[in-house]
Amino acid sequence: MIALQAQGVWKYYGDYPALRDLNFTVDTGSCLALLGRNGAGKTTLLRILAGLSKPTRGRATLFGQEVREQGTRRRIGVLGHGIGVYDELSAFENLCLFGRLYGVQDPQKEAIEWLRRVGLDRVKDGLVREFSRGMRQRLAVARAFLHSPSVLFLDEPFTALDDRAVTILQDLLQDARSEGRTIIISTHQLPEALRLATHVLLISQGRLAFCGQRTSEMVDNPGVLYRLFAEA
Amino acid sequence: MIFLTGLAAVLLGRNLYVMLLRLPDEAMQGPIYRIIFFHVPSAWTAFTGFFAAMVASIIFLAKKDLRFDALAVSVTEVGLAFGAANLITGMIWGRIIWGIWWTWDPRLTSMLICWLLYLGYLMLRRAVEEPIERAKLSAVLSIFAFADVPVVFFSIKWWRTQHPQPVVWAGGSMDLAMWNMLFLNWVPLLLLGVVLVAVRMRQEEAERELAALRRRAHAL
Amino acid sequence: MAFVRHILVVAWKDLHLELRTKEVINASLSFALVILLLFSFAFDPTAEQTREISGGLLWLVFAFAGTLIVNRSFSRELSNDCLDALIVSPVSGAALFLGKCLGNVTLLLAVELISLPVFGAFYNVPWTRQFCPLFLVLGLASWGLAIIGTMFSALTANLKLRELMLPVLVYPLMIPGLMAAIQLTTPLVAGQPLSGDLLGWLKLLVGFDVIFTALALALVETILVG
Repeated sequence: MIALQAQGVWKYYGDYPALRDLNFTVDTGSCLALLGRNGAGKTTLLRILAGLSKPTRGRATLFGQEVREQGTRRRIGVLGHGIGVYDELSAFENLCLFGRLYGVQDPQKEAIEWLRRVGLDRVKDGLVREFSRGMRQRLAVARAFLHSPSVLFLDEPFTALDDRAVTILQDLLQDARSEGRTIIISTHQLPEALRLATHVLLISQGRLAFCGQRTSEMVDNPGVLYRLFAEA
Repeated sequence: MIFLTGLAAVLLGRNLYVMLLRLPDEAMQGPIYRIIFFHVPSAWTAFTGFFAAMVASIIFLAKKDLRFDALAVSVTEVGLAFGAANLITGMIWGRIIWGIWWTWDPRLTSMLICWLLYLGYLMLRRAVEEPIERAKLSAVLSIFAFADVPVVFFSIKWWRTQHPQPVVWAGGSMDLAMWNMLFLNWVPLLLLGVVLVAVRMRQEEAERELAALRRRAHAL
Repeated sequence: MAFVRHILVVAWKDLHLELRTKEVINASLSFALVILLLFSFAFDPTAEQTREISGGLLWLVFAFAGTLIVNRSFSRELSNDCLDALIVSPVSGAALFLGKCLGNVTLLLAVELISLPVFGAFYNVPWTRQFCPLFLVLGLASWGLAIIGTMFSALTANLKLRELMLPVLVYPLMIPGLMAAIQLTTPLVAGQPLSGDLLGWLKLLVGFDVIFTALALALVETILVG
């Protein structure tokens, strides 16, 4: 079953085409590694797929629906560059807030459960402003997973995570994969992403350079893709 | 475009001749009343411009075509110019008739507020670099501003009926020849407006091309 | 209904955050009170003069203090990318916008209801004789200010000269609403009932609110989703 589809997606900033004619599909349950150099268009694409911005031409659909539909947005979880939680609320309050926004049944119970899973249950009433960087990242992860999304978008998730957070995130992603959720990770850090990925999509200068299954050669020799498909 | 400019010049010339030499002086105001033939059509032209800006803005938001943004900014700037002409001629008239430079006449006041609104539009454009973002924000402001125009006129007029002040031009009957001249003089002003908009739009296009070329040069 | 629930959740979040940090309410309230006192020194109006200008004085103060409140509505969501988190969530642009307006109106009303007794005390003006109609006018005019201010806060959230831009853009648009509020407040403070001419101004204020609320709701999604 197709989880995500991009049809003829173009994105212009002024006269500059950041994305050019992207066409691809992502099957349910797969894990897509979105690769590309800095400025290739990974974040732009991810933002369009997650519903944060609209393509100039073409469309992106999730389970056959427009991404901006309310019902569809309930099934999306996003972990971006910013942590997306409020500094002046406690960890617990933040998760309850997002739980309520996502229509989660019993948001307080889910919040406590997720705080436990990311190891923040002992500081649940602490204000986020007082947290260390790793703790803030873990809370962001909890927020992204809280409402059991069917599709997860992660933009450079392993950057700036401490070791404990990396382990927690990897475990959560493994669980998500075994639960049949669809995952899209945009990243520079090839090894982690390629280990988890079932498919790979390489963007180069806004264009689709390669889209296909992840092979063991890619895991052993991550640079091969860039050598083969990306422009120098 | 040269044709239009020529046509405007001819009409204006003919109107000026009639205005200055043929039409009689107005009973109460003397010769200065003739300024109305520029004062009122300037306002009409300004608001035609602002309306066109709103329409262009709506189309831009629907289609995201930057040419409509260029149209919106061009008609707004020209509208502002004619609005300024309206304000200045009103002030001159007020100075000569009443001896004061400014009066809270309902129409002058409303025009001043609308003028400030659209000046804000130009200021907003200066504050945003990215063209599509700038076009989007300006489009929203343009729509809000034009929605405010009738409300401003209505509320200020009502306010002033409660505190009457010298009025720049009291309504009432006007000689038929003068009515005709009012409309006749609107035509050359509108033509002038169209020419200015065309010039401005061409300038916008050139700027966009330059920006694109610069970007390409940097990429190399 | 999810829509109403979202509005209330967003409003509650904004108010909760504000009560905890008191970021804008302190500035706004101090500003309002100081200006009221300054005017009293500067003009030293008699009771008669105050009665004539009460509407203008109060609404100038409320408009300036109100700008301090609405200015940061959307820009405070930019830290930690919280705005993105909200846009991605099932909350519609309209619900997000209305929730923020609701929060802003509440804060504005709080500033106004605290300023009025101070005004009454320092200017020696009784103002409670028509309290209910006065409260209605406060509510309607504050809603108008909140709608336009919050809308432009969303427009200018990212801009460098935001503090300058917002007043330049908002005040001219607000003039009809402020005008109506002023024309209504002066007689209401003086104890006149809401009737006759005043009903016309009330209709103008309601019309103003309706037009701009509708426009804002129509355009908000376009602004928030690039």
